[in-house]
Amino acid sequence: MNLKRMFKQNGNGTAGANGAVIHMNDITKIYDTGKIKVEALRGIDLAVKQGEFVAIVGPSGSGKSTLMNLIGCLDTPTGGDYRLRGEQVSGLGRDQLADIRNRRIGFVFQNFNLLPQISAFENVEMPLLFGGVSRKRRRARVTELMEKVNLADRMHHKPTELSGGQMQRVAIARALAMDPDIILADEPTGNLDTSSGTDILSLFEDLWRQGTTMLIITHDPAMAKRAQRTVEIRDGLVN
Amino acid sequence: MPILPSFLRQAFRDLSSQKLRTTLTLFGLVWGTAAVSLLLAFGNGLHTQLVKNTAGLGNGIVITWPSLTSIPFEGLGKGRRILLTERDVDLLKKRSTLIDAISAEFSETLRLQNGSQVRAAGVSGVDVPFGEMRNLIAREGGRFLNPLDVMNRRRVLFLGNELAENVFGEEEPVGRTVKLNGSPFLVVGVMKKKIQESNYSGPDRRRAYIPETTFRALTGQEYVDQFIYTARSVDQTEAATAEVASILAAKHRFDPGDEEALQVWDTTGMMQFMNNFMLIFNLFLGTVGSLTLVVGGIGVSNIMNVVVEERTREIGIKMAIGARGRSVLGGIMLETLIITAAGGLLGIGITAGICALVPAAGLTDFVGDPKLTSGVAAVTIGLLGAIGMLAGWFPARAAARLDPVVAMKS
Repeated sequence: MNLKRMFKQNGNGTAGANGAVIHMNDITKIYDTGKIKVEALRGIDLAVKQGEFVAIVGPSGSGKSTLMNLIGCLDTPTGGDYRLRGEQVSGLGRDQLADIRNRRIGFVFQNFNLLPQISAFENVEMPLLFGGVSRKRRRARVTELMEKVNLADRMHHKPTELSGGQMQRVAIARALAMDPDIILADEPTGNLDTSSGTDILSLFEDLWRQGTTMLIITHDPAMAKRAQRTVEIRDGLVN
Repeated sequence: MPILPSFLRQAFRDLSSQKLRTTLTLFGLVWGTAAVSLLLAFGNGLHTQLVKNTAGLGNGIVITWPSLTSIPFEGLGKGRRILLTERDVDLLKKRSTLIDAISAEFSETLRLQNGSQVRAAGVSGVDVPFGEMRNLIAREGGRFLNPLDVMNRRRVLFLGNELAENVFGEEEPVGRTVKLNGSPFLVVGVMKKKIQESNYSGPDRRRAYIPETTFRALTGQEYVDQFIYTARSVDQTEAATAEVASILAAKHRFDPGDEEALQVWDTTGMMQFMNNFMLIFNLFLGTVGSLTLVVGGIGVSNIMNVVVEERTREIGIKMAIGARGRSVLGGIMLETLIITAAGGLLGIGITAGICALVPAAGLTDFVGDPKLTSGVAAVTIGLLGAIGMLAGWFPARAAARLDPVVAMKS
């Protein structure tokens, strides 16, 4: 099934102007609470190429999470230029950002962020539902993904009936559902024991080898070592 | 739309996780809906009952009694008696353009004799249209007076139901012969029981009716006691009354504006008053019911606020993976409408039940038959829909405006 053709206008092959999936130029983010202004990001330049595996590291409070939110289009920068696969993101409205999150970004969170009342299958199905994919295609796609993350036999379990590692694999399947441009993982092993964490890392590596662009935020040096490239953030700047 | 079923599932899940609150809210809505629709239904029933009671006297009739003039006119002093005969009524029939039906009425108390039993009975001599105008409907097996009876001065008699019972007891009166002032009369019909709240010479159930021609021949009475008529439509009644006055004034030489010469009882005026009264009454009932419903709506809004608050994280996650504000808003609105519709249906069901119970319990005479008309249902559903939308709107909008980053952290 060619999901690329199904979901996107510009397919995987047409990367941005300089071949980057993510291209950030002088990105700033200022939180203005009225009394105090907090400069979380002070001019970030970042480029992630198609098929890269990049780790973003840095101490807590360095602006990692803020950067993650901006890359994931969950938040908008105060200043600077952000292109996702060549397309200008700054200045888009809420609905357009929602669509970008739906089609082009796959989130993997530290605390999984699965909906507890519905089955693993339905969790993975959700982005397809928002993307307006037909019922038949949704079924096929979810089944395919659950096999990919080795959870075909647990498809109809609720998240509470799964182990942490299994939950994170469901979340990864969900992130892959719409065949995004990039997988954005925020401390994906932070809530897992060592062996589950290793499993997840291997899964990421497999995905990367199959051509998925990966961006992982972590403060785990072991994880950062696995990445092709490490970007360190300190005090809102790329170090 | 493939999204609907999963939204529905979500809705039921949310509502069942809030059982107590949902039950209480539902109760408020059921109560509100039942209150609005019941009050309106009872208002309707009462109106129908009042109309029915008034209709006992007649359907939009005007009763006119010729009397004494009170204004001098063309050299004639006041206090002159206006006397009308059958010919005047015929003149009105011929000249008037606004009158639909008219009948003279001669009346007197006559001796009614059945075998050895003798009693005094109020008897009216009337024309055929009188029966329909005054709602004198024959019960099965009988009939009212017909044109041949009047033309041929037949000695036939139509009896009020109470009088018939007094005279004949359990026996069937139709086909029997009684004597009026010594002359034999054939009973052709008995009035079907009716509710009559007002009258001018005793309730119809205690009276007897014979053809006016026969009456005049029997009693020698020349002048009509009163005549009744209906206008072509109820709105034209006032104009018809003025027309009648002018035709008769021209002939009998009295001032057409003399309110004493012809004394008029326009029963449509009462009807109009009653309609106005009922309108105000219904408005009052509707307002009371609506306020109850508004209170129910506040309950719904409250429960939806709680739902949104409890689901903030979930909404955040959904937004992160691509739910648009609109779909979040739609989900909450749908849930609100589901509760509202459920409450509304139950409430309307209760009303329908009560509407069915009242006649069965024999309470019709006291409160009328409450009717759940399509109008009542439409008003209730419209009100309920508006309240549901409003109740859902604010929580739903709050949900749609959540910041996904903040929402996911809650």
